[in-house]
Amino acid sequence: MGVIEADAVTRVFRSSKGLLRRTSAEIPAVRGVSFAVQRGELFGLLGPNGAGKTTTIKMLITLLLPTSGRLRVLGYDVVAQPRQVRRRVGYVFGGDRGLYERLSGLDNLRYFAELYAVPPREQRARIGELLELVGLAGRERERVEGYSRGMRQRLHIARGLLHRPDVLFLDEPSIGLDPVGARELRAAVKTLVDNGTTVLLTTHYMFEADELCDRIAVLAKGQIVATGTPADLKRRVTGGNVVEVEVFGVPDGVLGRIQALPGIRSALIEERGQAQLLTVRVAPGAEVIQPVLGCLDGTRVGRFVTREPTLEDAYVELVTQA
Amino acid sequence: MRLVRLVAVTWWLQLKLRSRSAFDGLLSLLWPLGFASTVFLMYRQRDPGAVLLSASLGASVMGVWSATSTTAASALQMERRQGTLELLVAAPTPFPYLVFPVTLSMATIGAYSMATTLLFGRFVFGIPIVVRHPVAFVGSIAVTVLAIGMLGFLLAIGSVRYRTAWALGSALEMPVWLICGFLVPLAQLPGWVRPVAWLLAPTWGMAAIRSAATGVGNPLLDLTACGLLAIGYGLIGALLSRRLLDAARTRATLALT
Repeated sequence: MGVIEADAVTRVFRSSKGLLRRTSAEIPAVRGVSFAVQRGELFGLLGPNGAGKTTTIKMLITLLLPTSGRLRVLGYDVVAQPRQVRRRVGYVFGGDRGLYERLSGLDNLRYFAELYAVPPREQRARIGELLELVGLAGRERERVEGYSRGMRQRLHIARGLLHRPDVLFLDEPSIGLDPVGARELRAAVKTLVDNGTTVLLTTHYMFEADELCDRIAVLAKGQIVATGTPADLKRRVTGGNVVEVEVFGVPDGVLGRIQALPGIRSALIEERGQAQLLTVRVAPGAEVIQPVLGCLDGTRVGRFVTREPTLEDAYVELVTQA
Repeated sequence: MRLVRLVAVTWWLQLKLRSRSAFDGLLSLLWPLGFASTVFLMYRQRDPGAVLLSASLGASVMGVWSATSTTAASALQMERRQGTLELLVAAPTPFPYLVFPVTLSMATIGAYSMATTLLFGRFVFGIPIVVRHPVAFVGSIAVTVLAIGMLGFLLAIGSVRYRTAWALGSALEMPVWLICGFLVPLAQLPGWVRPVAWLLAPTWGMAAIRSAATGVGNPLLDLTACGLLAIGYGLIGALLSRRLLDAARTRATLALT
């Protein structure tokens, strides 16, 4: 039995507008999602904005009711047994919100320790331990409004861990963190998983998911389009190579010609300052360098790299095909 | 025991949160003092005696109500805006236990402005604060503050489901001043208003405070009615909160996005 189980879960948002002639619209955010997370696993949910990641997490932590399907956390049904679920899960989201700005970091933790029923005799020690863990010891008496984004994020993590949750939901926790802060966060998450906490993580950073996650589900338009280990996903989707070409001023129509070449799985151009980066995913065994350069005849070409596919390549291919 | 500690600690931290801004603190004093001055000036023309003390007490309870009604209704909207409402709902503690200390902290700030209004009346307008039954007077104030906190709790619960319900607090602020007899005795209001007034705990609280101060009537009866109504508000609020939370989870109104 999985610690987290989602079975054919859907969630539809309904909105209505107009005073006299009221019209309503239905927006399906999650469509028939099923997955299971095992104890001690670090499971990643990846997907573009609006793919349904946060909606799925909010259903799992009992803040939203699913429209249909079944969700269980630690064997408890999130609809019928919300209090049992809430006692055992922690929730941390990224960004500046979710804290009492005018209170100190310490008072924020005291407040949430009461809310999460941390026994009074344990509170002081637990808060001290968490302040050490997230590197806020010594700054806890300052008001949160004076904290940097990284400090706020670390305080969020301490808050989410106050009641020693068995399952931790991290919704884009590293958003806005500097590279050192993000690295420390990843180390803290690894430590938690090593100590037996089950973690469900959503992130936009592929290297983060690649480094941390045991398994990943890729969501696109409310549906799971692939599930597996990071290595599985890389193998399943690309299986060939990736060619990156730095170009300057690609004329209209060139990208279409490249996409139509035999052996090309996908091609896209991204703006990189004054230059553009042409990324071409190549089918196994296909030889495409000369034909691609032929299409770019007359265009200034800079750096040219052939590399192994990354998780990001796999991700882009999965979500663009969805 | 856990519940007592929870309410005490969260009330204290919410009070701390609300007392941090010097500007807000000054406003919570100046706002009722402005209205109290108007009341004192009106009544001073008519009757400089016991009525003025009654008006002074009424003006001071107005401060408690004003500090609670508008802010209680908008409190959860503020929690929603700062992203903490979801965290309160996601906590294992039943939601009403978390909302009540919030509104109680507002009523406490109201009590602070109440004391200031009485002192303002004493030193600026020369209204003597004569209290016949000091113990009953203090008890009446405590129960009235608690009851107003409970009424604020009922208002706050509505805004969990309805994002614009915060406007209700502002809409009710001034009608309650009139209906509950803060400014004019209930006997002078139209007959149809009285049953509405009897359903509002501040009416009974106000009557108890006046009885205890002037020695006319029995403050205990009024106090009992005030306390029972407060308990009623608490029960209705607790029952409503379950339904409204479920509706909010269905309609996704806990967050702004």
